[in-house]
Amino acid sequence: MTEFLTLLRKELLRFWKVGFQTVCAPVLTALLYLMIFSQVLDNHVQVHGVRYTAFLIPGLVMMSVLQNAFANSSSSLIQSKITGNLVFVLLTPISNFQFFAAYLLAATFRGALVGAGVLLATCWIGGLTLAEPVWALLFTLLGGIMMGSLGVIAGMWADKFDQLAGFQNFLILPLTMLSGVFYSVQSLPEFWQTVSRFNPVFYLIDGFRYGFFAVSDASPWLSLGVATSFTVLIGLFSYVLLVRGYKLRN
Amino acid sequence: MNAPAVAVRQVSKTFLRQRQTVHALRDVSLDIEQGEFFGLLGPNGAGKTTLISCMAGLCRQDTGAIRILGHDTRDDYRAARRALGVVPQELVFDPFFSVREILRLQSGYFGLPKNDAWIDELLAELDLTDKANHSMRSLSGGMKRRVLVAQALVHRPPVIILDEPTAGVDVALRQGLWQFIRRLNRDGHTIILTTHYLEEAEALCGRLALMRAGEICALESTETLIRRFAKHRLTVRLGEGNALPTALQAMAQPVPEAARTWEWTLEALADIESVLATLRESGCTLEDMSLSPPDLERAFLSFMGHRAADVEGRT
Repeated sequence: MTEFLTLLRKELLRFWKVGFQTVCAPVLTALLYLMIFSQVLDNHVQVHGVRYTAFLIPGLVMMSVLQNAFANSSSSLIQSKITGNLVFVLLTPISNFQFFAAYLLAATFRGALVGAGVLLATCWIGGLTLAEPVWALLFTLLGGIMMGSLGVIAGMWADKFDQLAGFQNFLILPLTMLSGVFYSVQSLPEFWQTVSRFNPVFYLIDGFRYGFFAVSDASPWLSLGVATSFTVLIGLFSYVLLVRGYKLRN
Repeated sequence: MNAPAVAVRQVSKTFLRQRQTVHALRDVSLDIEQGEFFGLLGPNGAGKTTLISCMAGLCRQDTGAIRILGHDTRDDYRAARRALGVVPQELVFDPFFSVREILRLQSGYFGLPKNDAWIDELLAELDLTDKANHSMRSLSGGMKRRVLVAQALVHRPPVIILDEPTAGVDVALRQGLWQFIRRLNRDGHTIILTTHYLEEAEALCGRLALMRAGEICALESTETLIRRFAKHRLTVRLGEGNALPTALQAMAQPVPEAARTWEWTLEALADIESVLATLRESGCTLEDMSLSPPDLERAFLSFMGHRAADVEGRT
């Protein structure tokens, strides 16, 4: 257990030591989104009977959770691979599962911390409620683990920062931005509604938002089922790669 | 009977490089006994680092098995890794942490949460005490190398692998490091060393394996290897205006960048007399003369020279 706790501690310290960049900056980015969109749309739009700014906040919180969970595991792995210091972990008796769990927990924790930061900075805005906190917490955990696992895959696969940036900008960013963070998918044309329902991140955002307003585009149970299935699938895939030592142990 | 510190059995490893299969290790087998100071030598690309990586679990062999103190590096990898400390060849470090933080983390990875007494001792032995709270980024190359040594030793492993640990390290530090490693060896730790400084290997290692093109081509005690493959050398500088007698020219080698200086590799010490007699009879005067005993460097060069044609014929 000490082995696992130490690796977890190291992964937490790694981002905490540069907290300005890893926690404060993404909170500020989310606040800028909120400021701009609410300024333009708050007086014109209501979604599910909720004021637009209040509707937007859970989306931004979840987007921050997802993007930062991904960033944590992927950047930690690729940095350690490129600088070579991953060897200090690979030489130790830490089991594959301990390694996997430490990276995932640290990723989830950073995602949740940034999400909490965004929530804390915006909770004074009127109309925001937390109707079903257990659902919100559940989707935070699922989102953190899913994106942490994707980060492990990307970190193992990428040989240079450029490849990781490609993964982040061409897969993670579109998946999160086009998932209903800024709008209800019901406001989209039918074709795009259908496309959105193939995006697993949509269910994370929608389920998380249900935790706040007790209303959502999809049934929260469907969101829970889809999000859990994808989390397990992606998690299993990344764990198998890790056990096989993909690009880590030649 | 005690298990060998390291038992390597028929290990082969290939890599795919630029669509070409490279045989990094070919059917390598060897035993390193507990308490040995063992040297693994060979030119660049011989397979030393690949073999070490397979021992440490950083690399997976295609065939064969490796056991560390009886623990298989695949089936029982956690016990095998606990028994092993590795100083990597590359100067790698984690820029986020101080020296003490790194050593505490490394202890924790091996399940040792309270290890400060040994960490302090390591810091003192490696002359790092005053750098304990410094960031790794602020240390010189030699200091970073010492931290790598401390990291490898933080869990007191019975088997220690040092992959070129003194590359780029100044002389004083190198001496201190070897004193420390010798003490660990006297205390019962098995040491496996790769180095390009052959005088170090000669002074420290009781037994040596010479590798070339992924194979172990010699596995002998250091003394036997030197005796078998190296000879005494006689170096002579002739007086001004003297020419080397024709009778000696066939066996003599001119010493580069030294005027009128010649060198002979002697089959036996008694051959000195015949060289000197021929010089005397030819009226040559000597300005200087020296006799060098056989050493590992000569043995290494001679052995690798003999093996080159043989091995290259098969690659």
